[in-house]
Amino acid sequence: MNLGTASSSVSWQSSTNDRVSDMQFPAGLRVLLVDDDPTCLRILEQMLRKCHYEVTKSNRAEIALSMLRENRNGFDIVISDVHMPDMNGFKLLEHVGLEMDLPVIMMSADDSKDVVMKGVTHGACDYLIKPVRIEALKNIWQHVIRKKKHEFPKDKDFEQSTSLEDGDRQQKPQDDVDYSSSANEGNWKSSKKRKEEEDENEDRDDTSTLKKPRVVWSVELHQQFVQAVNQLGIDKSKTLLFLHICPSLGEHSDPVPVLAEGSRYPFELVEIICGGMKWVEMLGIIPEAVPKKILELMNVPGLTRENVASHLQKYRLYLRRLSSVSQHQSGLNNSFMGHPEATYGMSSFNGLELQALAATGQLPAQSLATLQAAALGRSATKSAISMPLVDQRNIFSFENPKLRFPEGQQQQLNNSNKQINLLHGIPTTMEPKQLADLHQSSQSFVAMNMQGNPRMQQNNALLMHMSQQQHPSRAQMLNETNNGQVSRPPLSISQPLSSNGIRGPVYNQVSQASSMVDFSLNQNSELQNNGSPLVRSNSGMSTLTSKRIISSDIKGSRGFPPGYDIFEELHQQKSQDWGLTNVGSTFGASTDHSSIPGTLDVSPSMLVQQGISSIKKNGQNGNSHISKVFSSREESGNVHPMGGGPQLNLIPGGNLLNVKSEQLPDTSYQNTFFPDQFGQDDLMSALLKQQESGGQVETDFGFDGYSPLDNLPV
Amino acid sequence: MEIVGKLQKQFMDFMSSLYREGFLDDQFLQLQKLQDESNPDFVVEVVSLFFEDSEKLLNNLAMALQQQVVDFKQVDAHVHQFKGSSSSIGAQRVKNACVGFRNFCEEKNLDGCIQCLQHAKHEYFLVKNKLETLFRLEQQILAAGGTVPIIS
Repeated sequence: MNLGTASSSVSWQSSTNDRVSDMQFPAGLRVLLVDDDPTCLRILEQMLRKCHYEVTKSNRAEIALSMLRENRNGFDIVISDVHMPDMNGFKLLEHVGLEMDLPVIMMSADDSKDVVMKGVTHGACDYLIKPVRIEALKNIWQHVIRKKKHEFPKDKDFEQSTSLEDGDRQQKPQDDVDYSSSANEGNWKSSKKRKEEEDENEDRDDTSTLKKPRVVWSVELHQQFVQAVNQLGIDKSKTLLFLHICPSLGEHSDPVPVLAEGSRYPFELVEIICGGMKWVEMLGIIPEAVPKKILELMNVPGLTRENVASHLQKYRLYLRRLSSVSQHQSGLNNSFMGHPEATYGMSSFNGLELQALAATGQLPAQSLATLQAAALGRSATKSAISMPLVDQRNIFSFENPKLRFPEGQQQQLNNSNKQINLLHGIPTTMEPKQLADLHQSSQSFVAMNMQGNPRMQQNNALLMHMSQQQHPSRAQMLNETNNGQVSRPPLSISQPLSSNGIRGPVYNQVSQASSMVDFSLNQNSELQNNGSPLVRSNSGMSTLTSKRIISSDIKGSRGFPPGYDIFEELHQQKSQDWGLTNVGSTFGASTDHSSIPGTLDVSPSMLVQQGISSIKKNGQNGNSHISKVFSSREESGNVHPMGGGPQLNLIPGGNLLNVKSEQLPDTSYQNTFFPDQFGQDDLMSALLKQQESGGQVETDFGFDGYSPLDNLPV
Repeated sequence: MEIVGKLQKQFMDFMSSLYREGFLDDQFLQLQKLQDESNPDFVVEVVSLFFEDSEKLLNNLAMALQQQVVDFKQVDAHVHQFKGSSSSIGAQRVKNACVGFRNFCEEKNLDGCIQCLQHAKHEYFLVKNKLETLFRLEQQILAAGGTVPIIS
């Protein structure tokens, strides 16, 4: 075939908006058609012309891509074949999505489900089966409008806004969370909450109505962007890692109502049923690679934070796709998908534990790395996560959830001394899907920012409750947090669960979690504002306020999903056996919480009570089971372990670990959540600092290039 | 006029038989609808493209199957392409031949593939012949001053 025939019809330079408002719309829609089959190419061209569209055709994907790059505003929609000799149609799709963000329609004679699915995961807005009929083409304009509308949800009249291709999306789609902004400002909005909190949008710098010059994300620019993201991911930073799991026994047990009071970081409690017990896990994530930082690193004149933010969002989606595809292939997320609630599982727990460990300085860098690796690749050592902290390396055994829940609960308990067993106490009886979910959840780690603690640095725990599949890459997050001493090993995350690099998974996680993250350190007000965190079913970011793991007032109760009856749970659970104690033990426990000032030693009961009360206060309604609970620990700064009472072990990332069916002696759980080194105050101050800095959550996610928590709901 | 009438009838009958015998399907009708004043020779143009492309594909297929070590993936890719283009112009029997062909590719059944190739080739030349006849008829009608009837 001739090389890239590109017959261009009259180029219509006006913006899409203008054209949309044009009476003749969708006439004049500028379509770029790519297909290596000359017959099909000609037929489709003719069909599109019959629809009064402006057609530019090319039989080479590369040529089409360069046309798009040269003339970013020149097209409204791209239609591409899947099977092409020079470039896979999906690749083209991704490029277009990343660089130009135009709607792309895939087509093929192949109608097999997996190919169509691929189209979906790669972000195609439609998939046509050949032979294509003209009727199918008549309505493609809807994709253009839809995309536009999503980008500028607030625009009543998108005609006034910038063209569809405007890379600078001020308005995040309603369904997406403006993670970048959120991250920066420490606000997190779930998509649900988004609508309710539109005013928050206005607070952001980016105003949707402003017309901003469109940024062309050239290959070079994108490379710079990726470099910056990667760099940030590697940087250590304060992260809040926070994972708390508390078992709720039976239907009537109360979940651990750990609520971060006024925390800016939303966290989500996910109820996991494991080993016959319900575990509630609280996850929180704080992303590191935020647009502002990326922008700074890139140092490109004329580039704005908003440009980066919107690009970051797309990038995350792209990575997510990659990871989800690979996950899909590896069957990782199958079960995960279906159980958003249960997901925030164990794996995240691991991450958290790791983080916690790291924070406490107990976790050597390698451990984190291992952990991350484990989390990421799930191929982590099979060693029981419940390994005593002593051997911190073991902590990073993010293995399959199944593995995680080794019988080893006992040993975990035994081992606790200052050790955090990541998957401590995870009952093996966990249902597969639970496990999978947990595994999934492991991906989201809440990274605790342990700034105060020298060691606690980083933690990118991205606990992302991702209703979608999550990659264990989150483990990386955990890695990040090692206190400075732990040099972050190269992200083992890079071991993609599947063929994809970690990026994918982490990415996904982030996005998912991001929606939930509410990084507000403020106590009450923040939480309220951020309400969304609680609600989101899929990303539960828990904000960890070191001081207040159990927040007495869960302002964020908004986040509670309807029907979420935290209160009920809380009430019921007074005597709940905090299997978490396992958690506690996992954590290693420092059994002497009392001696640790500032430790986040919170006895479960304490937490529960507080949580209950706070939840109540906040009028949280809840479903009968807490699928998400915001837990914040709140104790006046020091969480004193309750002797003998069920202990809430806030084990970063470790909640799942402690899930176990049997009741562990309370005392064993006294520990804390964070090892001694981690001072609550430190954490608190770290958090506050972060908050002050505009809510930028700096989490060292430790993963390459993408910050999972950028609040990108995936 | 007589002649035109006759030719037109001949044309319509022939066209109907092509549909009836499965040489062409509804997609061909779609192509005819796309033809208009601004593109008066659209169908001929597209069909010519199809012929050109198909012959290349068939050659590639023959070569691929003659290799010492047959790359079935490559063969399948060609067949897939052939299937796509034949379905786009409505060459139904060719398309059907491709479907079976792909199955043999998946099974890596060389003999099956070779047979399918023969079959596909056969169908292709059949439909090519038919279409050429059709176009000739059209030309004759136009030459006689008539208009080509539109079949819906």
